Amino acid sequence: MSGLEQLYQQIIMDHSKSPHGYGLTEGDVTSHQRNPVCGDEVTLALRWSADGTRVEEVAWEGSGCSISQASASLFATLATLAAEDAEAGNAWTPDDLQAFIDEFREALRSRGQIPLDEERFGDAAALSGVSKFVARVKCAMLAWVAAEDLLTRKAAGS
Amino acid sequence: MTLSPAPYAGGVTEAAPFSSAELEHIRAQFPILRRDLHGHPLLYLDSAATAQKPSRVIEAEATFYREANAAVHRGAHTLAGEATELYEDARGTVARFLAVNDDEVIFTSNATEGLNLIAYAIGNASLGRGGAAAAPYALREGDEIVVTELEHHANLIPWQELAARTGATLRFIPVDDSGAIDVDAATGVIGARTRILAVSHVSNVTGAHSPLETLVPLARAAGALVVLDACQSAPHLPLRPRELDVDVAVFSGHKLYGPTGIGVLYGRAELLNALPPFLTGGSMITTVTMEGAEYLPAPQRFEPGTPRIAQAIGLAEAIRFVDELGFDRIAATEHQLGARLLAGLAELPGIRVLGAGIDAPRVALASVVVDGVHAHDAGQVLDNVGIAARVGHHCAQPLHRRLGVTASLRVSAGVHTTADEIDQAVAAIAGVRHFFGLTGENA
Repeated sequence: MSGLEQLYQQIIMDHSKSPHGYGLTEGDVTSHQRNPVCGDEVTLALRWSADGTRVEEVAWEGSGCSISQASASLFATLATLAAEDAEAGNAWTPDDLQAFIDEFREALRSRGQIPLDEERFGDAAALSGVSKFVARVKCAMLAWVAAEDLLTRKAAGS
Repeated sequence: MTLSPAPYAGGVTEAAPFSSAELEHIRAQFPILRRDLHGHPLLYLDSAATAQKPSRVIEAEATFYREANAAVHRGAHTLAGEATELYEDARGTVARFLAVNDDEVIFTSNATEGLNLIAYAIGNASLGRGGAAAAPYALREGDEIVVTELEHHANLIPWQELAARTGATLRFIPVDDSGAIDVDAATGVIGARTRILAVSHVSNVTGAHSPLETLVPLARAAGALVVLDACQSAPHLPLRPRELDVDVAVFSGHKLYGPTGIGVLYGRAELLNALPPFLTGGSMITTVTMEGAEYLPAPQRFEPGTPRIAQAIGLAEAIRFVDELGFDRIAATEHQLGARLLAGLAELPGIRVLGAGIDAPRVALASVVVDGVHAHDAGQVLDNVGIAARVGHHCAQPLHRRLGVTASLRVSAGVHTTADEIDQAVAAIAGVRHFFGLTGENA
């Protein structure tokens, strides 16, 4: 696979064309993240369980390059799959989510040294290829940074 | 040193474009062109962001550090004297390049600083600094500053801030649906209240020449100062602030094959000597007491602190480089490249070129939007074959917003660009939609 094909894997192309989790509703608590370099935008919401301990759904809207949009879609998919497995206790707690964000960031900043674990990240592991393209890491991080911002605000009680 | 006489004044030229042998000779002077990107020879089409440097510029800067480095305008040792002479020689080279006087040339760190310098000097005059001499330039409520809708942020935000500080109003001349400055609308914007017109010489997004022949007389009739952002013209056209009848012109060194960290502000001598300083400190004063200071005339008034000595010397070498190539021949070559680029792009389905059509006067630059593909993704496809092109809003968000896009892909030529490279870029752009699975007219 050429570098370009590693970056634009079919999964990424598919998610950028048919995004998952797209669509916010009134009342969503959102974080808006923007890449000032290219104008990519992602506005993301974490929808929590009634007791506020688990992520039931990730919803988002945005515009921009295929990497930024596919990454938001793949993040939403990953959260949904975990929530659908909720009876097994797999829906994300704040700590689970933070662990995913940390691992994602570490892999994306590794310049191709650390691949995303396919067992944990599922289809989102296709974003591993981005880490060799330093200028694109910020695109892929947008949705995840939005989620982190929401976590920080939740922890601060706002 | 003397620069060659420069009778060529811009526009259509009869001069011959560079021959292939001449282009080879030019290209050989740019060491970076020998490197590869992803297994392809580097094809650099981002000169509008920053130009590559010929060896002689790199050497001029290094030679200064190796052989003559000293602080200028202070100290009495021999080295200090030599460094001062080299620095002031560089100023003289810039002055002859612009056909202005030496003391009308201020070295800044870049063009952005030049625009802030003039905006802050006027802002300080508006606060009463500079006394009676500066008073005619003071702004107050009811005064208007006029820009255009296609300005680079560097020629917009300093004026927004100046308006906010002084109570003046910022107005703009709109662009039409193609992205060209709406000349007819200008008469309704520039008027009796206009105190400053700030406009770019050539757009960094569309590559089009601004209609200065219309805008400047309107500003003159209103008694307004005219500030020219010449960043995108200085590398391509002869820049003659006096012939253009502008009061201030700024450009950056790094877009003109010179070093980063150096820019130039030209200002009419009586304007510069009437305005209070922007940045203050050492090397710009006559007398300092604990209560206040008196300032030297321009250029020292606007060059506080240790200046950018090596960078100024590098810039002077870059100016000698383009001067020896000859602006008439640069313009003739780039005109052909620009026409080839625009004609090639016009053939491609699903590609929109921002700005007026092929026939509008322009430099060899084009920004395109690929239908269905974000500029960032399009740029990645070019990068994959070694083509360095710019993606994003090019520091012109309002223009992109006006044209209904958030970002575009820009290719821009330099003196080392060949027709074959333009063809390769057009072919690579043609391949973008294919790569993303969007082929055919209706995809």
